[in-house]
Amino acid sequence: MSDFLRNMIRFAVLILLQVYVLNRIPHLHQFITPYLYFLFILWLPFSVSRQWLLLIGFITGLTLDYFTMTPGLHAAACLLIAYVRPFLITILTPKDSTEFNYREPSPRAMQWTPYMVYVFVLTLLHHGYMVFLEWLSVGSFLDFLIKVVATTGISLLMILAVELLFPRKMKFRTNTA
Amino acid sequence: MRNVFLFISRYRTFFTFLILQGVSLWFLFSFNRFHRAKFLGVANEVTGRVNTQYNKVEDYFELREENRRIHRINDSLLNLLPRNFMKADTSLREVQDSVPFDTLGHYRRYYFRPATIVYNTVNGQKNYLQINRGSNHGIKDNMAVLSSDGSAVGVVVGVSPNFSQVMSLLHVQQKVNASLKKSGDFGTIEWDGKDPRVLTLRGIPRSIEIKTGDSVLTSAYSFNFPPGYMLGTIAEIVTDKSTNFYVLRVKPTANFYHIQQVFVVENLQFTEQTLLNQEAKKRIEDPKKNSK
Repeated sequence: MSDFLRNMIRFAVLILLQVYVLNRIPHLHQFITPYLYFLFILWLPFSVSRQWLLLIGFITGLTLDYFTMTPGLHAAACLLIAYVRPFLITILTPKDSTEFNYREPSPRAMQWTPYMVYVFVLTLLHHGYMVFLEWLSVGSFLDFLIKVVATTGISLLMILAVELLFPRKMKFRTNTA
Repeated sequence: MRNVFLFISRYRTFFTFLILQGVSLWFLFSFNRFHRAKFLGVANEVTGRVNTQYNKVEDYFELREENRRIHRINDSLLNLLPRNFMKADTSLREVQDSVPFDTLGHYRRYYFRPATIVYNTVNGQKNYLQINRGSNHGIKDNMAVLSSDGSAVGVVVGVSPNFSQVMSLLHVQQKVNASLKKSGDFGTIEWDGKDPRVLTLRGIPRSIEIKTGDSVLTSAYSFNFPPGYMLGTIAEIVTDKSTNFYVLRVKPTANFYHIQQVFVVENLQFTEQTLLNQEAKKRIEDPKKNSK
């Protein structure tokens, strides 16, 4: 399966899961919705250029916005993490290591600790920015903090569960390709 | 000028980010009613189809609740039917009452209670149904049972506190008074125990013209069934040459294969009618026996 096809399927599955399952389950608290769809951006291959990354992030967010009727909200947050992602990857992956030849971010490609830091920072950024944008129109500061912390925690738990349940087959980037 | 372009091309990712960020924030904050209408127009095209498919699936999970709700409404409507009421027309009351009509002059004859089938067979020769209402809910022996579209199903033959046993029309000992909708002639519906899709109507004289497809209704002469509810339609006419009566094959209206919701119908004058019937018979027939 080509990278493109795999990512298209992943995109559809994650968006539908978000819209029809996660957005519909009874809320754990009046504000807290579990988010998982942005895992699509976290899992994009390393080889995607930064320009494309921004565009893909924007489209991902906007697609979800179409379903939730909040134009721009998720798009802005996705755009932010798509912009920050390359910097984080540069910091967290060993550059001079010859063993580093994986295609996309995963616990096995980056080791567990750097990978979880990567996930944690991007999740926090995504939720923080999104809740901040929501909070500008309504809400108190305490609500804002609680919501950011709680949604981040739940998202992290779910991502961890996904990583453990669906270990992705590692594809090696060969020199000939 | 060249430096400006160099600067822009050097930081083009950052500028893309800024522009897209600006677009999304503009979306977000300029989202007034006008934009909403436009946005919904586009979004409906995109997401509407997906949502429709999803709803089709989701609806299946709510069918049971929906059925129950409709059944409840049917119940309240059937209780309102004028058929359930009978006018008191004893001459004595008319003489006493100088007013030509009186709202209390109508009194209720049939009362409907909703119930759900919890057990049902069609394969045996003696088929019973069980419903989830019993003596705690006012069910008594000999009450009629109609399915949710008003077609006859059977008669209550046993009652426990929470459940009742119903003798189905598909029971070889079941006999229900029936009448033809067209001519009003009455006969008896029975079952021969063979095919659950065919009942037998006997007792209609050969002098009457009958076509296949004629409706057979519950008779007004029945003590337990309210009159005028569908029993079935005539499927085949067999002329029995040894007698003067038809043998009519009747296709039952109630679908006994998947019946779910029923009504239990109480004839509020049942005791009075049966008592009168028995006493009169006893009074008239006993002296005959004694004299013999």
